[in-house]
Amino acid sequence: MTKEFDALIVGAGGSGLYAALEASDAARTVSGGAKPRTAVLSKLFPMRSHTGAAQGGIGAALGNVEEDRPEWHAFDTVKGGDYLVDQGAAVLLAEDAIRAVYDLENRGLAFSRTPDGKIDQRRFGGHTRNFGEGPVRRSCYAADRTGHQILQTLYQQCIKNGVEFFDEFHVLDVIIEGRRCCGVSAIELATGEVHLFKAKAVLFATGGFGRMFRVTSNAHANTGDGPAVLARRGVPLQDMEFFQFHPTGIRGLGILITEAVRGEGGILRNRRGERFMERYAHTLLDLAPRDMISRAILSEIKAGNGMRGDGTIDDWVLLDTTHLGRDVLEKKLPDITGFSRTYLGIDPVEAPIPVQPTAHYAMGGIPTDIDGRVIADAAGNVYEGLYAAGECACVSVHGANRLGTNSLVDLVVFGRRSGRHMADFVRKADFVALPADAVEPALVEVARLTDGARGPHGNIIRGEMETVMMEKVGIFRNDADLALAVERLKELRGRYREVRVQDGSRRFNTDLLGLLELGNLLDLSYLTATAARERTESRGAHARDDHPARDDARWLRHSLAWLTDGRVSTDSRPVDVSTWAPKPRAY
Amino acid sequence: MRIVLRISRYNPETDTAPHDEDYPLDIDPTASLLDALIRVKGEQDGSLSFRRSCGHGVCGSDAMVIAGVERLACKTLVREVADGEDAVLAIQPLKHLPVQRDLMVDQRKFFDSYRSIKPFLINNDATDGRERIQSQKERAAFDDATSCILCGACFSACPVFEKNASYVGPAALVSAARFLFDSRDKGMAQRMNVLDDPNGAWACENHFDCTRVCPREIKVTKNINATKREIDKVKGKK
Repeated sequence: MTKEFDALIVGAGGSGLYAALEASDAARTVSGGAKPRTAVLSKLFPMRSHTGAAQGGIGAALGNVEEDRPEWHAFDTVKGGDYLVDQGAAVLLAEDAIRAVYDLENRGLAFSRTPDGKIDQRRFGGHTRNFGEGPVRRSCYAADRTGHQILQTLYQQCIKNGVEFFDEFHVLDVIIEGRRCCGVSAIELATGEVHLFKAKAVLFATGGFGRMFRVTSNAHANTGDGPAVLARRGVPLQDMEFFQFHPTGIRGLGILITEAVRGEGGILRNRRGERFMERYAHTLLDLAPRDMISRAILSEIKAGNGMRGDGTIDDWVLLDTTHLGRDVLEKKLPDITGFSRTYLGIDPVEAPIPVQPTAHYAMGGIPTDIDGRVIADAAGNVYEGLYAAGECACVSVHGANRLGTNSLVDLVVFGRRSGRHMADFVRKADFVALPADAVEPALVEVARLTDGARGPHGNIIRGEMETVMMEKVGIFRNDADLALAVERLKELRGRYREVRVQDGSRRFNTDLLGLLELGNLLDLSYLTATAARERTESRGAHARDDHPARDDARWLRHSLAWLTDGRVSTDSRPVDVSTWAPKPRAY
Repeated sequence: MRIVLRISRYNPETDTAPHDEDYPLDIDPTASLLDALIRVKGEQDGSLSFRRSCGHGVCGSDAMVIAGVERLACKTLVREVADGEDAVLAIQPLKHLPVQRDLMVDQRKFFDSYRSIKPFLINNDATDGRERIQSQKERAAFDDATSCILCGACFSACPVFEKNASYVGPAALVSAARFLFDSRDKGMAQRMNVLDDPNGAWACENHFDCTRVCPREIKVTKNINATKREIDKVKGKK
């Protein structure tokens, strides 16, 4: 059965909902005068989206508690991203962040307040005053539930705007004719039925794919469905080698302990009780960018300074909050305090939290321009009617390493811009007829997975993928490990072609969804490992033991990777460095 | 430690009614019940069906009845509910909502109730392009209610539904309170028809089961009672 919408959004996190809000705006009428028919399809109920797990805040130079300027925010973003950030986009991000935060407040977001009733702001890693002089209070927050508040506010506003939702629809394929997108196919969890959605414009806002790794802060649902579906249809993915490990995941579990803990004064310590960041980042200390702190933790561990002291990769360090006091922890960081009590039996008021780096954020993804239009080639040509925003997209405002709070900024700024551009586009554009066999590839894949034949268990393949990504494509990398990872992933992708469901039912078949997600993760892992092997330098989150220096002459380029017939081919695009010349990166 | 998960199973394609099945498991006592369910699905029976996403108690996907009490599976550790070796843990879907399959319930009624209270800020006054000013005291007045993740635990625990299936329910009332006590909101009048109704706030009988099970520790009943007082205030009663 085919459904038809002017604007179709895949994914109901912050960027998807913001785009839906803009696209469905009554003021942006289509030719007939009616407002654009807008639908959101999401494999989760919208309120379950992972935006809701974002804790610490959204960065914007409001200057509510001390002097701040958007150009400082833009510069921090560029330097934080180790100069792989497109600088025009970063300036736009920092300037529009201010409007976005006020807009969210006006729409009802429950920000924490200053004594004079303004939006309160706190420190976060890599955010500085006057181009690096010292930390600045830039992160606007709602306790440590900022993402939860953004998700709720945007969903509530979409309800108000009458946006149509298709909950628990999992995207299977995108239909692209030449360079024109005309719809998607998706499977409905409740019935097992495959639906075609015809649309003038489609936005992918499917979030991240941290589930490639064994230890991750990401939700089970973060399997990169959008980028994988597009990659299989010939769309290149950009900067896939850059994946952020957040320094403070709960030991063994990967659950995130927000950087806001360090913003409020928390200190990382090794087994000797030393504040080891003094040796790695003289000025910003525990508020250095995440890539540097994750490497510092691993270096401490390798030197035998982890808590167990045996130098193995699963050793850990401590995040000390005992000097902050009960009031700060329970009022400003209530969820974190709760996580620690629930999962560790540790009260952070009294004892430090054991932490280790956890796979957290994909800087790379679907390449787009500043209006969310998907880029098709190294020359920067775009697809018509195809958009991406949020973590699945790569504008790039995060470059080689994202700063804390900039993910929420990214999704509201570029979710909104994409939604507006889509609304304008659908007003002028006509529907494109879907090819007669548009739904076939999706049906064939579902039929294969559910044909009742015997095949290997997806769980085993998944476990092997997570382990190889964690051990060989993690914080420190080298050619031998990456070569091995690429070979292992090729083999796992081969085995995946034989995999079959364990659950033979049609309705609510979560087992089938799990396998479809695994297929997506395998494709993205393969692209990530291949791109990581190609980039023979160290930059931001991509640290190569065998190429420890940044190499601007050769590698100040965005990588592009295509997945064609099981092989990866690569190319590159220039980086916009028009405002700040690349310099060595020290904090 | 060894435990047995006694899971309520129901497949609409083959079963006429739910039945229990036992799954023995050797598991670390500090693992969560969600970890346990994922292991059963991965190692013993791939057809076991449940929802989950964030895995740490903020997305609200995996509320279910564990050992007789509504909890989030991901936020409940085995050691909290297993009273020793070979403990049998009953795992059931939420009550008061139709079972779709195994531990999955149809949440439409729950979300319809939520939407009925107009869960968005109602205030058409123009702003000057900056934030509306709100004091820390005003912000604190509705802080508790902002924690709600719409998991449905309270909806399942509330005994009022046993006799009144049309009750709007505790979660919707918490969402209403989140806006009623927000100094920026002006939507009380628009919400009165749902709140000031026998199936609205007045249906609450102060059983406090919602408050007891809330995985976010929201004082649900307190929020409902404050809403009742606000309704009286608006209607000019003492």
